[in-house]
Amino acid sequence: MTRHYSALSLFKEGLRGQKGWQKAWRSPAPKPRYDILIIGGGGHGLATAYYLAKVHNIRNIAVIEKGWLGGGNTGRNTTVVRSNYFFPESTELYDLALRLYETLGREINYNIMLSQRGIMTLAHSEADMEMAARTVNAMQINGTDAELFGIEDVRRVLPLLNVSPQARYPVFGGVWQGRAGTARHDAVAWGYARAADRLGVDIIQTCEVEEFLIEGGRCRGVKTSLGEIRAERTGMVVAGHSSHLAAKAGFRLPITSYALQACVSEPIKPVLDTVVLSPGTGVYASQSDKGELVVGGALDRVPSYGQRGNLPVLEDVVTGLLEMFPSFRQLRLMRQWAGIVDVTPDSSPILGESPLPGLFLNCGWGTGGFKAIPAGGTLLAHLLATGKHHDVSRPFDLDRFSRGRLIDEAAGSGIAH
Amino acid sequence: MQLFPCPFCGPRSESEFHFGGDAGNHRPEGFRDVTDSEWTAYLYERNNPRGAANEIWMHMACGEVFRMERDTVDHRVAQSFVLGEGGDNGGMA
Repeated sequence: MTRHYSALSLFKEGLRGQKGWQKAWRSPAPKPRYDILIIGGGGHGLATAYYLAKVHNIRNIAVIEKGWLGGGNTGRNTTVVRSNYFFPESTELYDLALRLYETLGREINYNIMLSQRGIMTLAHSEADMEMAARTVNAMQINGTDAELFGIEDVRRVLPLLNVSPQARYPVFGGVWQGRAGTARHDAVAWGYARAADRLGVDIIQTCEVEEFLIEGGRCRGVKTSLGEIRAERTGMVVAGHSSHLAAKAGFRLPITSYALQACVSEPIKPVLDTVVLSPGTGVYASQSDKGELVVGGALDRVPSYGQRGNLPVLEDVVTGLLEMFPSFRQLRLMRQWAGIVDVTPDSSPILGESPLPGLFLNCGWGTGGFKAIPAGGTLLAHLLATGKHHDVSRPFDLDRFSRGRLIDEAAGSGIAH
Repeated sequence: MQLFPCPFCGPRSESEFHFGGDAGNHRPEGFRDVTDSEWTAYLYERNNPRGAANEIWMHMACGEVFRMERDTVDHRVAQSFVLGEGGDNGGMA
């Protein structure tokens, strides 16, 4: 059986008719008891399991998932990875993720197709340029890469962009982060799942949480559609459904769930080799390796668990894209979809123990969870293994809402929600 | 395009409306006697239900605030109410 992925194993399997490939992960029945149970088989949940096994050497772990692996927001995002935030706490967090992404493919022997093609966040006025300079300064001081681009630099990296002075949102320059880019979203989930499974983690799909087992005021596991599963510590990593499960555990969260939609065009030859975001139109775009333009915009402003986008926002996104790239006018849209994102009041995530002792949270990533997967996994694994915060996760504890220590990236880095 | 029923203007496009939070989320009275956890609950914690929801909305065209009962999964609107009418908690007022 072939376990290791390489050009040589691909060649050897080619000679044998591709019959020797081992399944990427097992599908075991759940055991009645684990040391640590993780609810949610998306990127963050699977990464948590992997780092628990790899870094903390805890092997008696299960990940349970109500649907299929990576079928929630991990499979519905626009695959952008970046760390262009304003506050030092955020840069610590998101740059940790980006650094881990840079070596992840080799570490887990899975090609996540990381492409550090850079992200261009446009500035549409002189005032925008001053804010761009402030953002670049903050990013550099916080220790990540950033460059202030003028209009000539923008023209160079985005030759098809409408930079006419008559444009609805004229372009003056912007913030460039060269280490940002895209990664194959499904591969991140599958790669972590395969690596965690190798280390003995049980990954159990189509297993839905029905209620929490609460004894002596502590979370002792969950009752699922496949029976009771007990654990010393439980991690809840369910993104847009965090409030729904929190209600079952008896507490509320500072989260509102919204649909965030995206769409792709038909595939065309390479025309766009960076990620571009226009705060004016609220639209961002990149081109996938298959040639499709991957386009996203703002949230649907109606709280929802519906996993589908509404028409007004799709109209805004498409008209915004055509404002930016008039030459895309003849393209046809192939697919449009939505994921349910968990938006917090300060647009920063929540990491830490929940109000129910023994139950730990990784949620509140809002529209930006994919880029943070390696960090979210690392930090929740640290919490679950030690019961204590990592220095990087401490500022993101739920207690920031009662202490008044919000990390307001909506204001800081201009997240569009 | 979904139509939401404004109790004053009738059915109008969803894009004319602004979500205003959970119905019944009253500002705690008592000033200094209000605890941090009560303020946190009022300011930040949300019901965010999956399914039947009871919410405050504003119709930005007429500027009126009202209560709406709808489903957050299938997006069906059950009914909308003028504040202070329509039983249980009337939202506020």
